[in-house]
Order: sequence, then structure tokens, then C-alpha cells
Amino acid sequence: MRDEDIKVLEAPKLTAAERLFMPQIIDGMRCTLWHMFNTKIRNNMVTQYPERKRELRVETYRGVHRLNKDADGRVACVACFMCSTACPAHCIHIEAGESPWPDREKYPVKFDIDELRCIYCGMCEEACPVDAIELTPHFELVGRSRQEMIFDKEKLLSVYEETKELKPRKNPAVTDYGLTGGQSKEVARPTAEP
Amino acid sequence: MPDIMNFDPNDKTPTIVDRLIRAPGVIIGVAVLLGVVLAVVLVAVWMLWGDAVRALLGSQLGLSIVIIAVTIGLMFSVIATSILFERKIAAFIQDRKGPNRGGFWGVIQPMADGLKFLLKEEFTPARADRPLFILAPCIAFIAAFIGFAIIPWAGEIHWPWMAEGETVTTQVASLDMGILYIIAVGGFGVYGVVLAGWASNNKYSFFGGMRAAAQMISYEVPMGLVLVVVLLAAGTLRPELIVNQQAETGIWNVFLHPLAFVLLTICAFAEANRTPFDLVEAEQELVGGFHTEYSSMKFAMFFLGEYAHIITGSALIVALFLGGWHVWFLPNVDDTVWWAALIKFAVYWVKIILFIVFYIVIRWTLPRFRFDQLMKLAWKGLIPMGLGLVVATGVLVALGWQRNVPANLIANAIVLGISLWYASRSPSPVTGRQDNLPEIEVRPSATT
Ligand code: SF4
Ligand code: SF4
Repeated sequence: MRDEDIKVLEAPKLTAAERLFMPQIIDGMRCTLWHMFNTKIRNNMVTQYPERKRELRVETYRGVHRLNKDADGRVACVACFMCSTACPAHCIHIEAGESPWPDREKYPVKFDIDELRCIYCGMCEEACPVDAIELTPHFELVGRSRQEMIFDKEKLLSVYEETKELKPRKNPAVTDYGLTGGQSKEVARPTAEP
Repeated sequence: MPDIMNFDPNDKTPTIVDRLIRAPGVIIGVAVLLGVVLAVVLVAVWMLWGDAVRALLGSQLGLSIVIIAVTIGLMFSVIATSILFERKIAAFIQDRKGPNRGGFWGVIQPMADGLKFLLKEEFTPARADRPLFILAPCIAFIAAFIGFAIIPWAGEIHWPWMAEGETVTTQVASLDMGILYIIAVGGFGVYGVVLAGWASNNKYSFFGGMRAAAQMISYEVPMGLVLVVVLLAAGTLRPELIVNQQAETGIWNVFLHPLAFVLLTICAFAEANRTPFDLVEAEQELVGGFHTEYSSMKFAMFFLGEYAHIITGSALIVALFLGGWHVWFLPNVDDTVWWAALIKFAVYWVKIILFIVFYIVIRWTLPRFRFDQLMKLAWKGLIPMGLGLVVATGVLVALGWQRNVPANLIANAIVLGISLWYASRSPSPVTGRQDNLPEIEVRPSATT
């Protein structure tokens, strides 16, 4: 950094009228009053929520989580713990077990997400190597106790059943080593040349 | 009755309660019904105890008591309405719709708010100064209300059953030093805020209280100066005589002292702690300022006190500058029949309500001042201007021109011109404004 790189800026001077504030205040009032009496903008802007709903961008909206199923109806998660590591709110709790299926090593015995603690940042979805966890456009979350708001594996899988028409699973599974009747063997074949 | 335990949030069929609450007809019907009941009760009282009522209304003390009752009732309803209006207007300005679920157009929202405040947990922080903690909202609330005693609501009344030439006045207290009383009581209001800040045992609250004290000290001065301008020209401290002068000549003081009117309005905003002068609560900096630790009804008392303060301030400004109950084509000072008094009363309240709407629009238009700007505005702007106005008005009074519109306007213009000229010469205040900066030359980074 040389001296001539430093540029000293003077704060702009207020004119005398500006220092009286009055012209600015009147200008501001003009703007607010225009909005106040403009019913057209207001009616276009506002969605009366329970009766009408906004159109969400289904692909990117971050609502309740779901756990995807693969083509065979099994839970797609391979219990790699990537999501719970990435989660800034530490709200994913996974217990892994040995997989009963030959195409993967582990599967989640237990998979709990505390929906009250979650900040819906979507990091888990970013982190998942098999696109097993996804956020859905479903945002009306109600429950009568905190316990009820901790979603377990069954609940998360049922969310998938509810939302799979609205938002199909993003990518084909890559867990399938071509051993079972999964999808997309091209992508998944482990012996594929690099 | 919906089953609360098995409530389905997606069930949108309106219940019977929903339908009743949302129907405009029901609410208007209930209001009309209440009005009719009130009228019937009044007529019945008149029929049964006519003599006693006539004696009550005919004596100054009795009429004062009646006016206190009516005014407090009106105050609470106007406060409730202005809270609704505040939220509605805020919403409209921000292109929203505001509360519209409690009743049609949200009309029973204030009641719902009140119920909520009543049912909330009353919380006192540990190691707060308990007596002061409870006393503070009471002081804020009461101080905002008692200013009402000297507002001249509707001039004098001559009831048909009174002796010829006898009148009672519709002021609660007709004091010789009426305006001084307002200044004294208005200064008292900040006491509640400072005590609240002190008693909460919370640094943010304390900061809020300190700011309130500093702000109040600064803005009492220009307010006093501006009142001196009006009082000098009027030659009296009695608010009813000031209103009568305006009504007799038909020239409201705002046409005589427009600059003083603007200054007093600014001071009234500052005294009521409203934006742009709400540094006392300043959510972004001080959590909630002096009321951070307050909850439930104690907080509600601050809230009501703030609105009561607005109404009192508006009533004072209306009396001093906007002709009180006077409108050019309506009954004038000489009319002391009772229905003229009723019309005057209504006109007064209409003016107050219009002024409240002005308050609300300003609140949602202007951002908050920085503290140094606040101080600068008072000490370098309002006080010199107020002093100039006092001098100018003094000269006019000496010349006997105090109700001469052109002379007053010229005096105002001179004061304003001198202020402008001086402001243009004084060093420019530092601002955060970043437009019309000189173009910055972007060079490749100097790596050599
Ligand atoms: S959305 Fe964010 S906070 Fe919620 S579970 Fe996923 S990573 Fe955690
Ligand atoms: S990142 Fe995906 S595969 Fe790994 S544990 Fe989480 S959901 Fe399962």
C-alpha cells in the first residue's frame, strides 16, 4: 500500500435546507402516504395465509425433512453421518447398524431429527452423498409437545411418501452397486473406469 | 364446540364463533345495542332522579366529576382505537394488511391485545427494586392522564334550568396557571421512565432511563420557550381564554406562529418518546430500553401511558394552536346552549384524532435520530429558534401587533431566514450519507 493509494473522502455537506430536515420529512411523508392509499400494491402483495397459500419454489424451498426411499422401498440413507457432522444446530441423531442388504455396509437403525432445533439451513441435504435426506416444501409443522417434534425414521420416511409426487427424489441413488434391481447402474458401478 | 385436543390445523371450516366474530353486522349490532342500553339507562336516570342530575350538572364540582368520568372513558376507547389504527396504518404504509382476524377489519383486536396482557405472566426480575419497579408504570400512567384537567373541552355551558347569565365551564379545573400545570405534569412523566430504568436492575433499561432523562431535559427547554411565545401573544396562562381569543377573531394561532407550532409539535413528539425520538426504547440497541424487564399489565400501563401522552400532547397543541373547539362555521363563544357544547366537544376530539393520525404516520415515516443528532437538534436548532421567536413576539407585543397576521408571518420568516443563513455558514455536520462521492479510481493492485 503506497501513500497515493489512500484516498481521503470528505463527508458530503448538507445544504441548509437539508439541515432543517423539513423538506426531507415532507418528501418521506409523500412516499409513505402514497403507499398507505395504494390498495392495489397491497392487495397484490399480501397472501391471506390460511385461505390462500403462496406458490413456493418446490425445488429450493427448505421445509420439513424427509428420508428418501430407493426404488425397492428401502431407506436410502447409508448412515455415513455426513449430515449430522455438517449440521450447525446439532439436531440430527443417527445410530448405525450393519446393513441387512448386500449393496451397502451400514444403514440407520435410528434416525432422529429435532425439528424444533433445526434452523432449516439445508446443510444436511448438501452434505448427503446419496441424496437420502432432503428438505421438502412442507412448512406447516404442528405438535403438542417437544417430544412430538422429534421426528424419527418412520415419520421422516412417511414424509417422503407424502411429498414424493410434489417433489420427486432429486438424483438417482448411487448406493446400488449393481447387485440388486436398483436404478442407474451406469452411475453406480464401482468398477467403472475413472 | 371444536375438540381442542384433536384440533386439526388444516381444517378450514369456520366455527360458529369464527362466523360471529368476523361478521360486520354482529359487531355493529353489538355496538348499537350497547349505545341503546346506555341511552335507556341515561334517560331512566333522568326520569327517576331528574332534580339530582340537574343539580349535579349545574354545579361546577358535579360537572367536573361528570367530565372526568366521560373523558377517562373516551380516553380508553380512543387509546384502544389508536392502537388499532397504529397497527393498521403501519401495515398500510408497509404494503401489508394489518390485523384483520379479530372481527371484521380487526376491530376487536385491541380487546384481544388487552386480554393477552391480562393473562400474561407477571414477572419481576430478581434483585430489582420492587417498590420502585411497581411504582414506575403507575407514575408513567398517571402522569400521562392528569394533564387532562386543564383542557378546555367545550367552553361554557348554560343549562336551561339555570338562572339567567349563570354558566358552568367544561374544564375539569379552571386554573389561573393552566399552562404551567401542563409543563409541570409533562415533566413528571419522565420520572416513571427513569425509575423504570433504574429499578429494573438491567443495564439496557438503565441506558434507556438515562437517555430519557437527557432527552427530557433538552426538550423541556424549547417547549417552554415556544409556550412563552404563545402566552406572550395571548397575555394569559388560561387555556380557555387562549381558545376563546382564537374563536373570537377566527384566527388560529397556527396562522400567527407557524414556526412555533412546528417547534412545539417536535417537542411534543420528543416528550411522548415517539419515533423519531424513541431512543428511550430503541429496540435495535437497547432490547426494549426502559421496559425491557416489564411484562403483562405493568408493560401495558407503559403502553397505555404512551398513548395517553400522545392524546394529551395533541389536546394541548389543539388548544394552543388549532383553535380548540372552534371551527369557522360552527357555534361560537357566545353560544352556551348545551347542544353547542356537545358539538364543540365533538369537534375537539375530531381534531385530536386527526393529530393522532399525524403522529402515527410520522412514526412510520421517519427513522430514529442518533443521540448526538437528537441533542444537536434541541440545543443548536430548536432552542436558538425558540429564543428568536420569543424576541420577535416580544417586539410585536410591544408594538401592539400580536394578532396581526402579516406582521407575525414576517417575524417568523425573519427568524427562519436568520436560522437558515446561520446554518448555511456553520460547519456541516458529519453524516453517514454516501451519495455523490467522488469517483474512486480503481488501480491494479500494487504488487511491486
Ligand atoms: S437443515 Fe440444517 S439445521 Fe436442519 S437438520 Fe439439516 S443441517 Fe441441521
Ligand atoms: S448424509 Fe445422507 S446417507 Fe449420510 S447419514 Fe445423513 S442421510 Fe444418511
